[in-house]
Amino acid sequence: MQMPSAGVSAHLKNLLSPFAPLRPTTCGILLWCSFLIPILLWSAVSYLPFVWHPLVKITDASKVAYFKPDMLVEKKIFVSENEKLQKSGIPPAEGIPANPVFLPAPHEVVQSLYRSFTTPPRRNGEPWLHESLWHSIRIIFWGFFWSSLFGVPLGILCGTFPFFARLSEPVVDFIRYMPAPVFGALAVAIMGIYDGPKIAIIFIGTFFQQVLVVANTTRKLDPSLVEAAQTLGAGRLQILFNVVLPGIAVDLYNDMRILLGWAWTYLIVAEYVGASSGITYFINQQAKYRIYDNVFAAILIIGFIGFATDRILEALGRNLFPWQKISAGDVGQKLTIFVPKKVLA
Amino acid sequence: MSFDSLIPCPAVAERFARLKERPVTLDVRALSKSFYSGGTIHHALDRISFCVHRREFTCVLGPSGCGKSTLIRTIAGLESPTSGEILLDGHAVQGPGPDRGMVFQGYTLFPWLTVKKNVMFGLRMSGQAASIAESEAREWIALVGLSKFENSYPHQLSGGMKQRVAIARALANRPRILLMDEPFGALDAQTRSQMQAYLLQIWKNLDVTILFITHDLDEAVYLSDRILVLGTNPSRVVEWIENPVPRPRDRAQIDSEAFKATRSRLENLIHPPQEEVIEQIPIPRMTTIGDDVE
Repeated sequence: MQMPSAGVSAHLKNLLSPFAPLRPTTCGILLWCSFLIPILLWSAVSYLPFVWHPLVKITDASKVAYFKPDMLVEKKIFVSENEKLQKSGIPPAEGIPANPVFLPAPHEVVQSLYRSFTTPPRRNGEPWLHESLWHSIRIIFWGFFWSSLFGVPLGILCGTFPFFARLSEPVVDFIRYMPAPVFGALAVAIMGIYDGPKIAIIFIGTFFQQVLVVANTTRKLDPSLVEAAQTLGAGRLQILFNVVLPGIAVDLYNDMRILLGWAWTYLIVAEYVGASSGITYFINQQAKYRIYDNVFAAILIIGFIGFATDRILEALGRNLFPWQKISAGDVGQKLTIFVPKKVLA
Repeated sequence: MSFDSLIPCPAVAERFARLKERPVTLDVRALSKSFYSGGTIHHALDRISFCVHRREFTCVLGPSGCGKSTLIRTIAGLESPTSGEILLDGHAVQGPGPDRGMVFQGYTLFPWLTVKKNVMFGLRMSGQAASIAESEAREWIALVGLSKFENSYPHQLSGGMKQRVAIARALANRPRILLMDEPFGALDAQTRSQMQAYLLQIWKNLDVTILFITHDLDEAVYLSDRILVLGTNPSRVVEWIENPVPRPRDRAQIDSEAFKATRSRLENLIHPPQEEVIEQIPIPRMTTIGDDVE
């Protein structure tokens, strides 16, 4: 891309002008940067020995009784033991700076990302990672499905008819403040220890928020559209189905994307209820075995799934609602992973 | 100021006598609307009575805050009157209905429907089959000159085009009266005058009565048969003016005696806000350049 230098400086100035949309190229570069920056920081902490590294990994224990090769000790202890050895004229122990075991380096995590899918579970009967994942996804799906099946219609009714809002919103608001986990024991008592109570937790965590969020979205519908429909002869039900539903569709869809994200946060609690299972159980097991690279791998996988789902839903949404204006700012949000032309050339 | 041209000449008097022989389409009787705000009663409308004859073009004019919008919204059935009656073809109306089409200032097209589907909306709501509604909608879209855009979405249209769709959508229901609430208020001056000429064309070719709200004096004189002037505080009918400007209307008539006289009469009735306040604002001198401006 050829650009006069004056253009470049003007462009740089525009990068930080309030509310101004960015160019698609810039959006694409920023998308990569937003992932690259944390990865670079993580790499710096992991690979540059002078950054952090509070521990020492022993390579030669010398004469220190409790030092063993590959053991991690605190830098302070290492130094003081070596001072003692020096006074006695014995060669000091040797070691290299290291990070705690709970902070694996990026390459270790990438390796275990691959390994975690290919290694069989430690004990018989324990699920593979992909089985755990699939189980979690199923729990989320059903919890969110049941919640939406009741929550969305009720929310739309509340938003459209003040009658339903006055009738149901106070109690919904009341229950909403009860943390979903407190229903765990109750759910187990009623639904047994397997998937039932887990789905119930997701349901409880999502449903009450959903009713209020959807009701608010419905209330934001431009009232003049309803009035226009009335003067065109539309009745109550016709307004509900021909004006309210299509009128809020776009916002409702975006609400659902956000609520689906919330459902994931309740997964952690849900999978502790009854018989532990799913990705959370996998993470906890791996933490117990102190295989932290697997822990990171599993957390990253959740992130990937969430990010991918959201991006797919967003791209779908753009095709579902052809009447939406696409503003310049949205261009960079496209699902297509952008590769700068310079990199390819 | 000359009022000579307001003394009804025989031709004008005859025209309005003929108009008043037509059946009454809209009959508003002692319509009042008041509401409480902050413990005091506010009279938005105070015993307003008037009637509109079939195929008459009536403009409602008044200063801002005089309740013009409340009046038309009450007639449309979007607000209920505190007292009084609204008769359409002799029958009392209650609540909104397709017999009173409404065109809003803000277009209010359904953004998720194409132009064609927007125009079909009323027909579909009344239970028309899709194929019949579609062919009827096409005719109305052709009438407003938007056939090329029948599959466009509202956000792809300009303001004037949107308002034409809104007019087609309201007319497709074949309303007895078309209520227009400052429909051209959001348009630029040039588009507005095009739309005015255009509305007169449509009105001439259809059996439709129009009640048109505006605060633009020229617009009122250019469009109307009669002008209902509302006053503010309390909001009641100040004057019911028979517009002497002959039809068919033409932009050139703006310079005619009849037009100017009607316009200045309206101006006197409406009492534009005093400008003294502006003169009292002290404006410091912030230039050292000589007095090049006056």
